[in-house]
Amino acid sequence: MSVDNYTQLGAAQIAPGVRAGKTSPAEMIRASFKRAADIGGGPDELNIILHADENASLEEAEQMQARIQSGTDIGVLAGVPVAIKDNIASLGLPTTCGSKILRGYVSPFEATAVARLRANGALIVAKTNMDEFAMGSSTENSAYGPTRNPLDVRCVPGGSSGGSAAAVAAGITPIALGSETGGSVRQPAAFCGVVGVKPSYGRVSRYGLVAFASSLDQIGVLGRTVDDAALGLESIAGFDKLDSTSSDADVPIYRLAALGKPAPEARNPDTEAIRIGRSPVPLPPPPGPTTLEGVVIGKPKEYFPDSLDPDIRRMCDRALDRFRSMGATVREISLPRSPLAIPVYYILAPAEASSNLARFDGVRYGLRVDPGKGLKAMYEATRSEGFGPEVTRRILLGTYVLSAGYYDAYYKKAQAVRTLIADDFRAVFTSGVHAIFTPTTPTTAFPIGAISDPYEMYLNDIFTVTANLAGVPAISVPIGRVRRLPVGGQIITAHFDEYAMFRVAYALEAGLGAEAHQ
Amino acid sequence: MSSGRYEMVVGLEVHVQLKTRTKAFCGCSTDFGAPPNANVCPVCLALPGALPVLNEHAVELAVRAALGLGCRIDPISVFARKNYFYPDLPKGYQISQFDQPLATGGSVFVGQSEKGAELRIGITRLHMEEDAGKSIHDRYPGETAIDLNRAGVPLIEIVSEPDIRTSAGAGAYLRTLKQILQYLDVSDVSMEEGSLRVDANISVRPPGQAKLGTKTEVKNMNSFSAVEKALDSEFARQCALLDSGGMVEQQTLLWDGARETVRPSRTKEGSHDYRYFPEPDLRPLMLDSKWVDHMRKDLPELPAARKTRLATEYGLSVVEVEQLTADPALAEYFEEVARAAGDGKAAYNWVMGEVQVALRTSSEEIGRFRVRPADLAQLIKLVRDGTISHTAAKRVFAQMVATGKPAAQVAADEGLAQVGDEGAIATWVDEVLNEHPGEAARYLAGEKKLQGVLVGFVMKKSKGRADPKRVNQLLSSRGG
Amino acid sequence: MPVTREDVLHIAELARLGVDAPRADELTKELSAILSHMEVLSQVDTATVPTTAGVAAGGTPLRPDVGVPALMSGTLASFAPKMRDGFFIVPRLATHEDSSESGA
Repeated sequence: MSVDNYTQLGAAQIAPGVRAGKTSPAEMIRASFKRAADIGGGPDELNIILHADENASLEEAEQMQARIQSGTDIGVLAGVPVAIKDNIASLGLPTTCGSKILRGYVSPFEATAVARLRANGALIVAKTNMDEFAMGSSTENSAYGPTRNPLDVRCVPGGSSGGSAAAVAAGITPIALGSETGGSVRQPAAFCGVVGVKPSYGRVSRYGLVAFASSLDQIGVLGRTVDDAALGLESIAGFDKLDSTSSDADVPIYRLAALGKPAPEARNPDTEAIRIGRSPVPLPPPPGPTTLEGVVIGKPKEYFPDSLDPDIRRMCDRALDRFRSMGATVREISLPRSPLAIPVYYILAPAEASSNLARFDGVRYGLRVDPGKGLKAMYEATRSEGFGPEVTRRILLGTYVLSAGYYDAYYKKAQAVRTLIADDFRAVFTSGVHAIFTPTTPTTAFPIGAISDPYEMYLNDIFTVTANLAGVPAISVPIGRVRRLPVGGQIITAHFDEYAMFRVAYALEAGLGAEAHQ
Repeated sequence: MSSGRYEMVVGLEVHVQLKTRTKAFCGCSTDFGAPPNANVCPVCLALPGALPVLNEHAVELAVRAALGLGCRIDPISVFARKNYFYPDLPKGYQISQFDQPLATGGSVFVGQSEKGAELRIGITRLHMEEDAGKSIHDRYPGETAIDLNRAGVPLIEIVSEPDIRTSAGAGAYLRTLKQILQYLDVSDVSMEEGSLRVDANISVRPPGQAKLGTKTEVKNMNSFSAVEKALDSEFARQCALLDSGGMVEQQTLLWDGARETVRPSRTKEGSHDYRYFPEPDLRPLMLDSKWVDHMRKDLPELPAARKTRLATEYGLSVVEVEQLTADPALAEYFEEVARAAGDGKAAYNWVMGEVQVALRTSSEEIGRFRVRPADLAQLIKLVRDGTISHTAAKRVFAQMVATGKPAAQVAADEGLAQVGDEGAIATWVDEVLNEHPGEAARYLAGEKKLQGVLVGFVMKKSKGRADPKRVNQLLSSRGG
Repeated sequence: MPVTREDVLHIAELARLGVDAPRADELTKELSAILSHMEVLSQVDTATVPTTAGVAAGGTPLRPDVGVPALMSGTLASFAPKMRDGFFIVPRLATHEDSSESGA
């Protein structure tokens, strides 16, 4: 391994060298910051990074080096630079959620996911740009300016985790954390040609993730490869007593899914840091005709409508062919209530958001604008100046659907339809289907400024939002390019069956090989 | 008076702070003495990214309260967000319970009507919620100071049926409720310290009319008597309004204790739309029926049952058991004394007499009182078997309070053991007759009513040790 | 049902979002347009859908009633807009005349 090809290195290649003392954590920090500078990751160009502090990171790296020299095992992410979406609380660097209302706010506590990354040896190098409070699909809604897609700077990187996807795509870090509410990891992963995983609801602690819609939010992982995503997720998954909605279900060693076999023994969630640190580092086997033997892949007709972009359909068909050639059976299925997902989502998510964002009131932290006309005027001035137009729109929408007289028609109805959408997935997975395959997005990355109608923008989530509503895990994997822009394919599995999801994803990645980026 | 033509209809909402060490959803202390904003953390400050986790003990106490009030515990209850802006409400919503509360359908027995019928006030529901912080408006000019130490402290809200018809009835309900909660040991139930707060919903209607009138909500009462006064005042206001052809407007009113009147709340009523929805940061609260049964079996004896039992077991009157059961700790103290001494009446006299005086003097609580029940029982026995006189016993008791020593030891140390020796008593009697020649002459001349006075002098001279029976006998024989 | 301008002003007040007149008109149109896409839900039969969501995942976990020292780096003053004598300081309610009103 050499730092010269830093941008090509996966976490699984960096960590062993650092743990063995062959490469220093400081070299990794310097390589990451150099790459960010070279590609123009800063505020004026691609605008990927909102906060970073090279000196502080180097200091942290030196401390890590000292621990390595004293014989401490640093963990499976030893010395791996990781970027964090700016709505995940971190010590040391600000957490602004891409919003003016939190400009300069440094959290006095750290998200569980970030703490677990550090416990596994990761180095947090940057907080990445995002749509304000994760509301958006293009990272154009940031109070700190839009992020540009590193693959085509005229285009958006997707959103809302656009900065994290771009950081990985640009080679600034091999792994980044994002967050999902309706597709905010998978959609930018698809637009930037990287892997993005949204785990099952409850799989990763939300403690420290600034809430957008609590019943849908999950922290997700972006990686250049499936392996990076699996390693990243393994490092942060598992029960957390600080999050009442986190699950105590066992966390398997996801990277063993690369071997193409069913899930091995489960891992005790109490010892995840230790177990990850000692987990084997399997090499993905070369794909063969039996790699996916016995696996049934469902192809839901609602996700392949006649109106689907023919080029995207072609890429999906190629991926489905690969599944078949690796021994899988592809079955036509139906998720009949999926077309209702966008209306359901855009009632429930704003409703929860209107409540979750009430705490930004200028009283205890963040922006305060006080026109000197009493408390109510302070609230209104603070919140109208602090929130951008999309956040304002969604707070109002959410307030409306919860308000007296409308609750039953909107919120309650949407909640019931959400249950029906989840039932569709349950029915498919109990009928012998192991994984569902769909396009991640209906289009490739679009030019900055191209979409101005809010509802048209919401339709970007049309294929991703159902997994959030149903709470099931899903991953976007690069499956090719159309007019030089990446296309993502989505694999969805049953609740807490991330292992099967990774197994299919490893196989697809290996099966496509270089075609994934062609 | 016009109000004679109307009937008062009242339901009460009582907020009770549960006796936990930490807050409802975070590990911060519930201690009240702390400096402002000392007991806060990311969760109760509502910092971005913080999440609530429910306190197990708060659930236990809420369930205990609900069972003690005869409520049905729902196996599944759901927390909900009540959304409104106020600077002492950090999240911009209060975590409460709305359409699926912890418990429903209880009742409180408050006594008997004049005709002897049972008076019961129904409990509509009991739910869990968190407290807000404190807004202090009078500390700085033009500004409000916010202290969030109280934010997130666990509460239960007990909502009564509109079964209350008089202000006195409201007072009786509140006193009974407070007593039950004290017995259940779920709360300090102190209105002064804010661990019990009462809001009243009140309407009026002609007697016999089934339909309820338009109600108002009255808040800001700081004592039970303030609740009664506020209800009377608001009743009179509503009656007068209707008599003058007006209509009662649904609104929130604040009781002004200084002016003894209600006035409209400053918060705009029209803007109240709490937009309740299920709290997505918490899963439903699911309670195992076996656990609930176990909690039910573990309930302490409640005031009504205890009163009946004490009256029959110890032969006490209604008034006497009322006094003893006012405070559960007092009743327990009494019972230990009565049982150990084998004399309920004597135990009652001591507990409500000397013990109360001593407690008042030292402003101690009965639970920490220096004279333990066994020691007091011993003292009662010493009096009963004639070892010491009743007069001496009071002095012994005073020493027990002062020194904490057992009764027998004090009696011995002080030489207070009763003296029955004829010679000694005769000497004291002679001395008294000599020292009070006037009274002695009149007594010996046949003025019998002076005997008591003379016995008193003898008792004093003997420092309470003389057996009063013998003194009386001796005097009678002298006075012939 | 289209959203009216009055609706927008009402919910803006509930949400403590200052909305000026031209913005209120825009938002009325935007919200009406978005909500028109939601009408499709009214045609879905949900009569048989159970109301308590999330029960399948089990009850909410409980924590023991013990004091865990709050983990916070830095003081409240490091992020609070205005503090004095340990209190957060806010402008007084414009309508507020005396000190009695507060709380849940």
